[in-house]
Amino acid sequence: MEYTRTELMTITAARELRDKEVVFVGIGLPNLAANLAKRTSAPNLIMIYEAGVVGANPSRLPLSIGDPCLVSGARSVCSMFEVFGLYLQAGRIDVGFLEGAQIDRYGNINSTVIGNYQTPKVRLPGSGGACEIASLAKRILMITTHEKRKFPERVDFVTSPGFLRGRKERACLKLEGGGPEAVITDLGVMKFDEETGEMILTSVHQGVKVEEIQQNTGWDLKISKDLKTTEEPSEEDLLILRQLDPQRIYLGK
Amino acid sequence: MAAEKLMSMSEAINKFVHDGNVLYMAGFTHLIPHSAGHEIIRQKIRNLTLCRPTPDIVFDQMIAAGCGKKVVFSWAGNPGVGPLRAFRRAVEKGYPNSIEIEEYSHFSMICRILAGALHLPFFPLKSLRGVDLPKSNPNIRTIICPYSGQEISVVPSLNPDVSIIHAQRADENGNVQVWGIIGDHREAAFASKKVIVSVEEVVDDYVIRSDPNKTLIPDFIVDALVEDPWAAHPSYAQGYYDRDNEFYIEWDKISMEIDTLEKYLEEWVYGVENRVEYVKKLGAEKLMKLKPKSFYSVTANYGRY
Repeated sequence: MEYTRTELMTITAARELRDKEVVFVGIGLPNLAANLAKRTSAPNLIMIYEAGVVGANPSRLPLSIGDPCLVSGARSVCSMFEVFGLYLQAGRIDVGFLEGAQIDRYGNINSTVIGNYQTPKVRLPGSGGACEIASLAKRILMITTHEKRKFPERVDFVTSPGFLRGRKERACLKLEGGGPEAVITDLGVMKFDEETGEMILTSVHQGVKVEEIQQNTGWDLKISKDLKTTEEPSEEDLLILRQLDPQRIYLGK
Repeated sequence: MAAEKLMSMSEAINKFVHDGNVLYMAGFTHLIPHSAGHEIIRQKIRNLTLCRPTPDIVFDQMIAAGCGKKVVFSWAGNPGVGPLRAFRRAVEKGYPNSIEIEEYSHFSMICRILAGALHLPFFPLKSLRGVDLPKSNPNIRTIICPYSGQEISVVPSLNPDVSIIHAQRADENGNVQVWGIIGDHREAAFASKKVIVSVEEVVDDYVIRSDPNKTLIPDFIVDALVEDPWAAHPSYAQGYYDRDNEFYIEWDKISMEIDTLEKYLEEWVYGVENRVEYVKKLGAEKLMKLKPKSFYSVTANYGRY
């Protein structure tokens, strides 16, 4: 079955989720990936949305983080203070799913400004809940298209902490969460060095050359000795994913 | 007492929102008080410090109309669509006036309003460490925990002059019930010096008393109550009407140019007297499209004692 790179990226991200985990879900591709996992490999996944919805069971594709379809049929609804305090800060979130305008060598994320904060080239939306998710969830998955401008060696502004300048620096801050685990792009999958916290290419999607990934990364990206080719999506994965976004709002044409 | 609180939106804004106020407009995606925003624009209130985690279209319009001098926020975008263009024009080009920004993350923004509600001077939280935001916002500080000796982030409490809250229903005394996403409603009300509440419907006292767990805000916290159906549009009211996602997308085009944005304000804000006229102008077809099918909760037995 034919598939697009965005479909493969989303399905690969879904496979990173494990059954019975509690996942803090954002809108867009993370939401598609979480809903796909719930319908395939992780039927007991608990989805929490930052608007304060716990155990959502959306009947349609939510178009905003606080869509009413997330509430109807959910297990619980709580205030924003409770979702960030009792769930996220208290260490009850296994996985956080983030996107970002820029992701760097140590998994730091920028969603605030391109350029200088006072006189930005581009003003982006800002943290929202991303800083808290990156600081406090046990592990972080990131999903983004693989372009050079999105992968600078160092982000212009650290909105959400990865390993900062290395695992040791993050460890010094005693942040509750474990930090970045994987970056899933439309070209491959990157994980983080156990010692240094530097991003390492671990898997390349079918038909993608390592050089293409290197050309689209803003530093000399390390390559795993155990480099794999990403597993191809199954027909079931593709059919369910397409049902989740029938108008291809997030999957694209 | 009841009759004193129940008033029109125009009366409520005129009585409680003044030039230079610190204004908090509650509602996370859900129940955003758009009708109140339009009334503030019509009354040409100026130099407001506008506080919301997500400025959303409501602040974008108020900024475009020249009501704001400062925005306190944590995520400034048009959700699922793109940037807030009027907000950006004001920040980047100073149009129609320059605005100051004070930026937080969602949790720290919520901690500020919670601390305000608790009448505490500040609130500690575990995030905002190792990141760049504290360098841009000197209000984000650290203290040493007196018990563990460890450093922890703190943010100052926020006690707005006025907060505006939209909800599904209240009795005429202003006991306010909300269901669906409750966001920052309760904290905003308890933190503010004056509280304006608008509701989809004013109901009998027995409706409220039949389900007291749904009451987020009791009457003695509320200063003005406005019965104002569809006041959240293009945001939504759970069970009453859906979010108008089409309008959120359309706003991106409307707000792209100053001309089209001003035409919009002329037609949909200055050109109508109140929300009733706005709703009439939206038209039956649009309203019907936004009405969800019913899905009732199962009633709970509170018992009679």
